[in-house]
Amino acid sequence: MLTIERMREVAEAPAPRPVRRRKRNTRPAWEEPPTVAGEAVKGLTLGGVLLVMLVPLWIIVVTSLSTQGAVTRAGGLVIWPDGLTFEAYRVMLEDTTVRTALLVSLGITAAGTVVSMVVSVMCAYGLSRSRSFAHRFLLTLLIVTMFVNGGLIPTFLVVTGLGGYGQWWSLILPSAISVFNILILRSFYSSTSADLIEAARIDGAGDWRILWSIVLPTSRAVTAVMALFYGVGYWNSFFNVMLYMPTDSEKWPLQYVLYTYVNRGNGMPGSVNSGFGTAFSQTAPLSLQMAVVVLTLVPLLIVYPFVQKHFRTGVLTGAIKG
Amino acid sequence: MTTATPTRPDRGTRPARPHWRVRLRRDRSLILMTLPAVVLLLVFNYVPLFGLVTAFQEYDPLAGIWYSTWAGLDQFQRLFGDANFWNAVQNTLYLSFVQLVLFFPVPIALALLLNSVLSQRVRNFIQSVVYLPHFFSWVLAITIFQQMLGGAGALNHFLRNNDIGTWDVMTNPDTFALLVSAQVVWKEAGWGIIVFLAALAAVNTDLYEAAAADGAGRWRRLWHITLPGLRGVIVLMLVLRLGNALTVGFEQFLIQRNAVGYDTADVLDTFSFYYGIATGDYSYGAAAGLFKSVISLLLIWGANKLAHAFGEDGLYRR
Repeated sequence: MLTIERMREVAEAPAPRPVRRRKRNTRPAWEEPPTVAGEAVKGLTLGGVLLVMLVPLWIIVVTSLSTQGAVTRAGGLVIWPDGLTFEAYRVMLEDTTVRTALLVSLGITAAGTVVSMVVSVMCAYGLSRSRSFAHRFLLTLLIVTMFVNGGLIPTFLVVTGLGGYGQWWSLILPSAISVFNILILRSFYSSTSADLIEAARIDGAGDWRILWSIVLPTSRAVTAVMALFYGVGYWNSFFNVMLYMPTDSEKWPLQYVLYTYVNRGNGMPGSVNSGFGTAFSQTAPLSLQMAVVVLTLVPLLIVYPFVQKHFRTGVLTGAIKG
Repeated sequence: MTTATPTRPDRGTRPARPHWRVRLRRDRSLILMTLPAVVLLLVFNYVPLFGLVTAFQEYDPLAGIWYSTWAGLDQFQRLFGDANFWNAVQNTLYLSFVQLVLFFPVPIALALLLNSVLSQRVRNFIQSVVYLPHFFSWVLAITIFQQMLGGAGALNHFLRNNDIGTWDVMTNPDTFALLVSAQVVWKEAGWGIIVFLAALAAVNTDLYEAAAADGAGRWRRLWHITLPGLRGVIVLMLVLRLGNALTVGFEQFLIQRNAVGYDTADVLDTFSFYYGIATGDYSYGAAAGLFKSVISLLLIWGANKLAHAFGEDGLYRR
């Protein structure tokens, strides 16, 4: 099929050079001066976009930090801080459901990201040396899966057939690798300086050593971006939980807890013993729910700033290679 | 888009390639490295491909694939006679179309707008904000929408306090297509601009200068330089979108299906989940899935033909 030819060709092309950043902050001489109306429209639009993104997050954070009194006075979500307290967070973290879910989420994310990255990095490097044995065949094997797949039910039957129902690995292995990510990594690895690799080889380094000591250190940015992509995927895993462990509530990750108790508004389980039961007197349920929302956001917000600056390198390759 | 060169510079300058046994020996660690990925793909991508035969069976979980009775095309006959299935097809196409109209132009417009901002710091700040929701899960995004626009959310709270009445967007089937498009725009439009920003950065600035010298105003430059510069990416994105016309998002609909009802929110993917896994009618769901895959492949093929007709490359070349 033509598609495969083209994809292979695309995958084999060296990574494009990073796009040159526009350094100047000034208007070029030939450009006409901006009109006041034009600048106003531009500013308002971009300001509006920022508000639409940030205001919901602001409201949620403020509500999660509000006292019962503030929530009652506001009659719901609190927009302007009015009596702040960390009570909701204390109550939430005392609750076994949320604590377990947090640990499960962190565990799945950590384990999954490690598995995905190890497998993807090895595979990407293994396919990145030109003219190596069977690399075209293996590449085709990978790319075909981007176009054809068994779909939901056959995959479900295979995973349950292997005994994956209710097992941790069913949340990790079936979607552990993204061929797209591997192709991006691969194109970066292919463009690692051939001289450098040749020199290392002459010094007696094998492929494992070259990958570890030369290729990985020279492609930190793309590695970080891919780790973020995989990590976010695991942190957000929701549907796999619904498929493979819908009833084991002690194995639910945070997203599923969010879905069950905040999105669907079910009462927290075991509310007699859990913090949620006794907490209702001092803490507004709404603050508690918003605290859960914030909790799912926090790890993302911690990692995001470090990786965000590398998006251009990581994503552009992928985007340009289609 | 089309600069991919298939040949490596060193090709041809090297001696003829060695015997395959020699190469296998030389590259054994490379092969070993690809092994885990290949095994994962074989187990979770290729084996399920053979699992598609369940679509032609009366699959019985106790008997398994090997011992289930064959049903020929019965599942498909049932499928094509099922009003719920056609409802899902119709919803999918409708939602796909609405999203194409309402979502597709947004990242392009946003990228153009952002590109016209001179200050690099302002640009970086806006970019980091608008990329962020892409990393939210659908559960989170929909929870946020619910808190803002739902019956007990911020918007209705404001409306009630000012005696304007209530407007529950989250459970209204009539505005569902608009709601899900708004969600997709909020979550993904920011991320979508990356590709267009890259294409914009690749446009030769000398062209602008020359055009300005010839008296072309900013709108003419936009029309005659910028947009043609984006044409390749836009066509590629359109091809991808058309090729994926039957995929309109899955978790997004799964989560909201109960709120607005299945007759509005069921799309092909949720149909195969609900009628396949949730009810245990695996073969039926697999048949729906297979139907979707086959049509999708045809769509990708067709969309590429369309791209070629416009003189663009699309996913692969002519």
